[in-house]
Amino acid sequence: MPESGSALQLILGVILLWLALGLAGVFFPRNLHLVSRVLFPVGALGALVLATAALDALGGDTQSLVLPLGLPDLPFHLRLDPLSAFFLLLLGAVTAGISVFAAGYFRKGEGTPPGLQCLYYHVFIASMALVLLADDAYGFMVFWETMALSSYFLVTSDHAKAEIRRAGFLYLLIAHVGAIGILLCFGLLHGTGDYTFDNMREVQLAPFWATIAFALALFGFGAKAGMLPLHVWLPEAHPAAPSPVSALMSAVMLKTAIYGLLRVLFDLLHVQVWWWGVVILVLGLATALYGVIFSAVQSDMKRLLAYSSIENIGFILVGVGLTVIFQSYGMRALAALALTATLYHCINHAYFKSLLFLATGSVLHATHERALGKLGGLIHRMPWVAWLALVGTLAIAGLPPLNGFVSEWLLLQAFLFTPNLPHPYLNMLIPVAAAAVALAAALAGYVMVKFYGVVFLGQPREERLKEARDAGLLERAGLVWLAAGCIALGVAPVSVIGFIDSVTSQLLGKTLGASATGWMFLTPISPARASYAPFLFLLVILAVWLATWLAVRRFYHGRVRRAPPWDCGFPAQTARMQDTAEGFGQPIRQVFEPFFRMQRELPTPFDATPRYRVSVEDNLWYWLYLPLARVTEALTRVVTLLQRGRISVYLMYSFVTLLILLLFVR
Amino acid sequence: MISWPGLAAQFTEMLLAVLLAPILQGWVNQCRAWMQNKSGPGILQPYRTLRKLFAKEAVIAYGASPLFRATPYVLFACMCLAAAIVPILGTDLPFSPAADAIALVGIFALARVFISLAAMDIGTAFGTLGARREMMVGFLAEPALLMVLFTVSLIAHSTSLATIVQHLAQAKFVIYPSLAFAGVAFTMVSLAENARIPVDNPSTHLELTMIHEAMVLEYSGRHLALIELSAALKLFVYSCIGIALFFPFGIAAGGDALGLLLALPVLVAKLAVGGFAMAVIEMVSAKMRIFRAPEYLGAAFLLAVLAMLIHFLLEI
Repeated sequence: MPESGSALQLILGVILLWLALGLAGVFFPRNLHLVSRVLFPVGALGALVLATAALDALGGDTQSLVLPLGLPDLPFHLRLDPLSAFFLLLLGAVTAGISVFAAGYFRKGEGTPPGLQCLYYHVFIASMALVLLADDAYGFMVFWETMALSSYFLVTSDHAKAEIRRAGFLYLLIAHVGAIGILLCFGLLHGTGDYTFDNMREVQLAPFWATIAFALALFGFGAKAGMLPLHVWLPEAHPAAPSPVSALMSAVMLKTAIYGLLRVLFDLLHVQVWWWGVVILVLGLATALYGVIFSAVQSDMKRLLAYSSIENIGFILVGVGLTVIFQSYGMRALAALALTATLYHCINHAYFKSLLFLATGSVLHATHERALGKLGGLIHRMPWVAWLALVGTLAIAGLPPLNGFVSEWLLLQAFLFTPNLPHPYLNMLIPVAAAAVALAAALAGYVMVKFYGVVFLGQPREERLKEARDAGLLERAGLVWLAAGCIALGVAPVSVIGFIDSVTSQLLGKTLGASATGWMFLTPISPARASYAPFLFLLVILAVWLATWLAVRRFYHGRVRRAPPWDCGFPAQTARMQDTAEGFGQPIRQVFEPFFRMQRELPTPFDATPRYRVSVEDNLWYWLYLPLARVTEALTRVVTLLQRGRISVYLMYSFVTLLILLLFVR
Repeated sequence: MISWPGLAAQFTEMLLAVLLAPILQGWVNQCRAWMQNKSGPGILQPYRTLRKLFAKEAVIAYGASPLFRATPYVLFACMCLAAAIVPILGTDLPFSPAADAIALVGIFALARVFISLAAMDIGTAFGTLGARREMMVGFLAEPALLMVLFTVSLIAHSTSLATIVQHLAQAKFVIYPSLAFAGVAFTMVSLAENARIPVDNPSTHLELTMIHEAMVLEYSGRHLALIELSAALKLFVYSCIGIALFFPFGIAAGGDALGLLLALPVLVAKLAVGGFAMAVIEMVSAKMRIFRAPEYLGAAFLLAVLAMLIHFLLEI
């Protein structure tokens, strides 16, 4: 464990190491052995060191540093405070698992050569770490853009395919539209001083300008996080990217946007207005419901997970919204509860979503198939991946005693305290919001049963799935690390909240104090109000399981006979009679029909070669994005009138501009 | 925090739940038989079925994974834990800090996800059909149950079930209008969750209308016995939640043996009345089409949300 003063230096050392690893990859772009056996594992070790240093800094003092890089008179300011340290911890801990997996994942002949892949990958994680450390707007934007660009190259690594280039373009476009919002927000926040965050903390904005700054920050960071209606890039970019990259983007990059939002809301802006919280809350709810309903009807496993990421971002935004509402009314203990739930969900989502994305990567490599309709029965061929993915599935479905349930529980507890709010209409809104959260959480269970059941259970839907091979050792190691994290975060929430407390005390000046009655019982606010002991929970379940198993063996027998499936006596059972992904999603399509833009072609009963086709699309794409694109195109056509392609005309333009300027400046 | 007499009382209650659960199921079936002018198999029939199933060998399909064999045990463990945290006889439960009302919903969700996954494991048409329908019922029933529990938690200012029941049993007699709505919503949800008419028919032989039965078609022997026992236990736990929340009078406040002993006949009487009521509901209503189920459950969900709104409007 490093001493507390050196944590920032240590983290910078790791970032340098990552950049060096990336450079090494450039010099040996085709040397797969070097990249996968040396560079990626060393990067994973670096990530572990970074996580340890961040853990150390979480309890320690704020450290800062000025790097004399960049433009003259504009050095990079870096600062490591508990908020940065928490997200760096998340980055390090999850990246360690993903890097180990990536070491076994990247192959030759899959788009970009492995050496270049290694460069983009390490630049991507280094820039994310630097975004979390940046303490001035200039540095923040430079690192933010580096992050967007490096991830763009990772997304388009299979750039021979047109739809992947298209996905990459959409991603880059929305990333930049969002970046404009962030840039303008910083432009407002800095007042008349310089662009360091220290200066922004001093500036007192008028309420109107503060609200504008808030709206810009929500827009900019929301675009990166996948908030409705800026979510469209997510389901395109995540499936296009290689699985470790999807995992990294979903687990860590979306969280940097949440980090930015928290940084602006609670650190740089001084005021919080209650209706800002309502705006975030409503947007978060819409995002969560939209994401989960769409993920239920997907038939591509990575698109399904991408929509599920949108849903989880929605939950996180709901937590942020509640925090703002409570904080604006000065209810700090409750704000601490809501913020704890938010941060807990951030780290939970990082763990289980990267676990599941990596598992889909293993499935993809073993079967070369992403469509759910052509998978199935992989638990027999790929037991390691299947059982580890089961942990992730149960965790993301929000089931006790795993980690997803803990943050959901904390969030619902935060809702239950709202009657104390001094605003009557808000009191009416909150129960409806709580109901929507409960509905989205239950739907998440539906989605995950569909995902796991169709991919891993049942009979293989294609003949060639019987040749699928389990993941290699390195891939398994990465998955085991992440699955262990899901279990540990679920079983020992009090210890985790101990770390989160230093963030809440920095941002809100109040901690949750989750453990009045020892490490086993999670009791926010007071033990009489609510308590949850996941370890005891797990213990009782395991004890009853064991006792029942022993009793059945002791008093009866353990005889088993294998036979063909019964299926009500139907002998001609085939794999095609199982529910497909479309079939499993059908109830959701029917119940939530107005949400979708659906096209169906049904065969008639007399059709000799019946074909059934259904396509489900996003209404927002047609209502918002295509009109916007048309308006943009029309505007560009107007601008094109100026573009004549003759140098004399252009010279005249500059001459006229000069004349007009002279008129004004005179 | 955990004392030996408390632990003993806790285990007694868990054991009692496991023992009484098949009898409650038998009682409901017997009442149904009487109302249909049949003599009925007697209230001990579920026990006979369980004994028969435990003794038989388990036949497992070729394509079954270990998940399929583990699920009955997980299911049973979940229901035992649920029985442990729901106040059945008294409110002094050493296990109750382990899981509160929200975690109780989580336990039921865990059981549901496991049984659905097990149903998809072999890959038969009926198994996946059952899993899909069960999850469809679940995604609406679960938030509705949560909202009911939220309403009572708001009244009692606690999500701990023991504290809620204590609060409701000992408070001066106050009429909570929100509880009326919550009670209706709870009844609707518990019918759906326990695979009763009008959502599902526990004694159906028509595969196309099955929900719960379709999922367990491939189970046999001891595995089926454990699933049947878990289903009975689930019905028992749901009945006990309903009794504890809406008719808590007579429940023992302390953990002493005499109080618990006195609470037992009260509980049996309430369960007998509740079981009869359930049989009446099942007799007078028809099973609905599967795609009417979301409407039914949506109504339950709305009623539960309404209960919460009424609590905010009238009772604060």
